[in-house]
Amino acid sequence: MAKRPIEPLFWTLFSGGGVISAFFVPILLFLFALALPLGWITAPSYESLHHLVSLPLSRLFLFVVCSLPLFHWAHRFRYTLYDGLQIKHLNEFINVICYGGVIVGTVVSAYLLWNF
Amino acid sequence: MSVPIARSTPPHTPYHPRWYRKRVSTYWWLLQWSYFRFVLRELTSLGVAYSCVILLCLIRALSLGPQAYEDLQKRLASPVLVALTVVSLLLVLFHTVTWFSLSARAMVVRMGGKRVPGVLISASNYVAWLVVSGLLAWLLLR
Repeated sequence: MAKRPIEPLFWTLFSGGGVISAFFVPILLFLFALALPLGWITAPSYESLHHLVSLPLSRLFLFVVCSLPLFHWAHRFRYTLYDGLQIKHLNEFINVICYGGVIVGTVVSAYLLWNF
Repeated sequence: MSVPIARSTPPHTPYHPRWYRKRVSTYWWLLQWSYFRFVLRELTSLGVAYSCVILLCLIRALSLGPQAYEDLQKRLASPVLVALTVVSLLLVLFHTVTWFSLSARAMVVRMGGKRVPGVLISASNYVAWLVVSGLLAWLLLR
């Protein structure tokens, strides 16, 4: 049997992350990194946010929102460096940085959300 | 009449033809707007990665307690992080727009034997995006 290439799986994860980033990331980034810290809108209390995040469904949602887009970043950024800067000789190094970053990010988000 | 077959290789000098490949400048993507837009679209991934990191920091601060959360809010309001966030937000929005126009080409939806035009697919994506964003904002801020 021919060896199954891993590339299709990578592209599936890439597009999954692309969908999640397109739909959920803009509003979350706008609210949490801009509107709330700058006081544009009245912030929800710490307790209510904490309660909301502690629900199992929101933790699962946040895990997906943190991990899949990271993979999307890794795959896309890897090819951006490849095409844009033509640094083929650094391919292995770039792969380690990109996919290693995803693994670290996924483990960190799983740890944080599991122990929340 | 038979053609004589050469028994030994005729005298020659080893020669490998050089491929005809034009050197492409490293800055090829700066030369034309469409190239630049392509690279910009690829670079939106940096905004996505930034957002993930910020979200993870927020989750960590929330789990650590009210003081940590308060500190992170103050840090996020600093000029450097606000600038980074604004750039990332623009990149992420560009990602959303390009992703929706891309999915209109990639997705083949058939209805009644006919292919649904891409504009409709993009439009439904935008509507879904607005609904999802509104729903999330309502859930978080109510």
